[in-house]
Amino acid sequence: MKRIIQLAAGIALSAGAAAAEVAPGDVVFGEYGEVVESLTGVAGDPEAGRAVMNKGSGNCVACHQVTELEEVYPFHGEVGPSLDYVGERWTEADLRGIVVNAKNVFPDTMMPAFYKVDGFNRLGDGFTGKAKEGPATPLLTAQQIEDVIAYLMTLQ
Amino acid sequence: MKKALLKSAICAAALGGFAHAAAADESASLVINGELEIVTEAPAPAHLDGALRTVYSGWVFRSDETQVMQMDDFDNPGMIFVESGMADWNTAEGTEGKSCADCHGDAEESMREVRAVYPKWNDEAEEVRTLQMQINACRTEQMGAEALKTDAGSMLNMEAYISSVGRGTIVNVAVDGPAQAAWEQGRDLYYTRTGQLDLSCANCHEQNYGNMIRADHLSQGQINGFPTYRLKNAKLNGVQGRFKGCVRDTMAETYSPGSPEFVALELYVASRGNGLSVEGPSVRN
Ligand code: HEC
Ligand code: HEC
Repeated sequence: MKRIIQLAAGIALSAGAAAAEVAPGDVVFGEYGEVVESLTGVAGDPEAGRAVMNKGSGNCVACHQVTELEEVYPFHGEVGPSLDYVGERWTEADLRGIVVNAKNVFPDTMMPAFYKVDGFNRLGDGFTGKAKEGPATPLLTAQQIEDVIAYLMTLQ
Repeated sequence: MKKALLKSAICAAALGGFAHAAAADESASLVINGELEIVTEAPAPAHLDGALRTVYSGWVFRSDETQVMQMDDFDNPGMIFVESGMADWNTAEGTEGKSCADCHGDAEESMREVRAVYPKWNDEAEEVRTLQMQINACRTEQMGAEALKTDAGSMLNMEAYISSVGRGTIVNVAVDGPAQAAWEQGRDLYYTRTGQLDLSCANCHEQNYGNMIRADHLSQGQINGFPTYRLKNAKLNGVQGRFKGCVRDTMAETYSPGSPEFVALELYVASRGNGLSVEGPSVRN
C-alpha cells in the first residue's frame, strides 16, 4: 500500500507543473453533480486511464467489475456496479462528476471522491495511520481523472 | 446471505470461477475437535434495530482451507499461544508472589463464562473494561506485577487462553445500564466515516459483507473469534490492532489500541455479535 501511495504522490508532483488546471476547490458542478469543463484542457489518454483503473490511488477494480479488464486484473470487487457500458449510460460530464466527487451524484455512496481535498474526518497521511500534516493531495491528479474518463467512455 | 451467496455464485459462473476460487463455503458448520459445536450464525440482537437480520462469524467467510484449520486444535496455530498463556496462568509473578491460578483456580472452570461477557462495566473502577484491561488490573492490583502491553505478546497469549476455555459459550455483552454511554460512543464511531476514502465500519462490514473488495471477502467484522491467528502475519492479532488496521485503510489518522475510543468501539462491536459463540483463538487470513 505504502509503495502504491508513494508512486501516486510522485505522479502528483510531476503533474503539478502542468498549465491551467482546475484546482479541486474550483471545480464547477452542474445541477446533478456533473462537471462539464475538462479539468486540464488536455484530452484524456484512455490507455493511461486503463492503468489508473487498477493501480495506486485509482484502484477502481477494488470495487467495480469491468469485463474488458478481467484478464489483466483478475481480482475485482463487487461493492459497486459493473462498469461495462458505462460510456453509454452516462455522458462524459456525468462521469467526470462521478469520479471527481461521487457524493454529488449518489448521496451517501461508498465511492470515494477522487478530486477533493477538504472536509475529511481524521485525514491521514496516506496509509500510515498518522495524521496528515498540511493540505490533502487529491487521490488522483486532474490529468489522471481526464484519462480515466477517456477510458470509461470507451466502455460502450 | 442468500443474496450475497447467489451473487457470488453468478459472478463465479461468469468468470469461470477464477476470481472467486478462494471464496468460502458459506453454509459450512464449525465443530471443533469433532465435539465442540460453535454457533457461527444467529439472529441479530434486538439492539441492532434491524440493521442486520443475521449475524455471522468471520469464519463463515474464509476459504475452505482456512476454515478447516480451525476445526482441530492440532491444526490451529493459535493453540501454541494458548499453551503459553496457560503456563503464564500458573506462574507466580510480582511482589505478592501470586499466580492467576492462586486466586482463580482452574481456568477451565472459573474462566469458562468470562470471555462471553467482555467488555464489561466494572463498578469499583467505574469504567468499561476490556478483558485485557481486567487482566492488567489483576496483575497490577492483586499480584503487584507489571502491566502487560495492550494487544501484544504475553497479553494476547493470556487472552487467547481465557478465550479458549470459553469456546462455545454464547457472546452476551451488556449494552445498557452503566455501560450504555460507552456503547453509544462505540456505535457512533462505527457509523462515522473517516479518512480520505471517507468510509465507516458499516460501509464495509454492514452494507457489503459477503462481497469482494478487491481480493478480500468482506465479513461482518465480528470479534467473537479474537484473538485471531492470521496466516498473513503468522501471529495472534488483537481486536484493537485489527480496528487500527481497518481505520488506517480508510486513509485516516487511527486511534491507538487502549484508547477510550477503541475500548468503546470494542464494546459496541462485541455486542453486535451477541448470539454467536466465543471462538478464539480463531484462524483467519
Ligand atoms: C470503495 C468503493 C468504490 C471505489 C474505490 C470506486 N467506486 Fe465507483 N461506485 C461505487 C459504488 C458503490 C457505486 C454506485 C453508486 C451508489 O452508491 O449508488 C459506484 C458508481 C460508479 C459509477 C456509476 C456506474 C453506474 O452504472 O451507474 C461510475 C462510472 C464509477 N463508479 C466509476 C469509478 C471509477 C472510475 C473509480 C476509480 C477511479 C471508482 N468508481 C472507484 C464504489 C466505488
Ligand atoms: C475499506 C473497507 C473496510 C473498512 C472501512 C473497515 N474494514 Fe474491517 N475489514 C476489512 C477487510 C477487507 C477485512 C478482512 C476480511 C474480513 O474479515 O472481513 C476486515 C476485517 C475486520 C475484522 C476481522 C474479522 C475476523 O473475523 O477476523 C474486524 C474485527 C474488523 N474488520 C472491524 C472493523 C471495524 C470496527 C471497522 C471500523 C473502525 C472496520 N473494520 C472498517 C475491510 C474494512
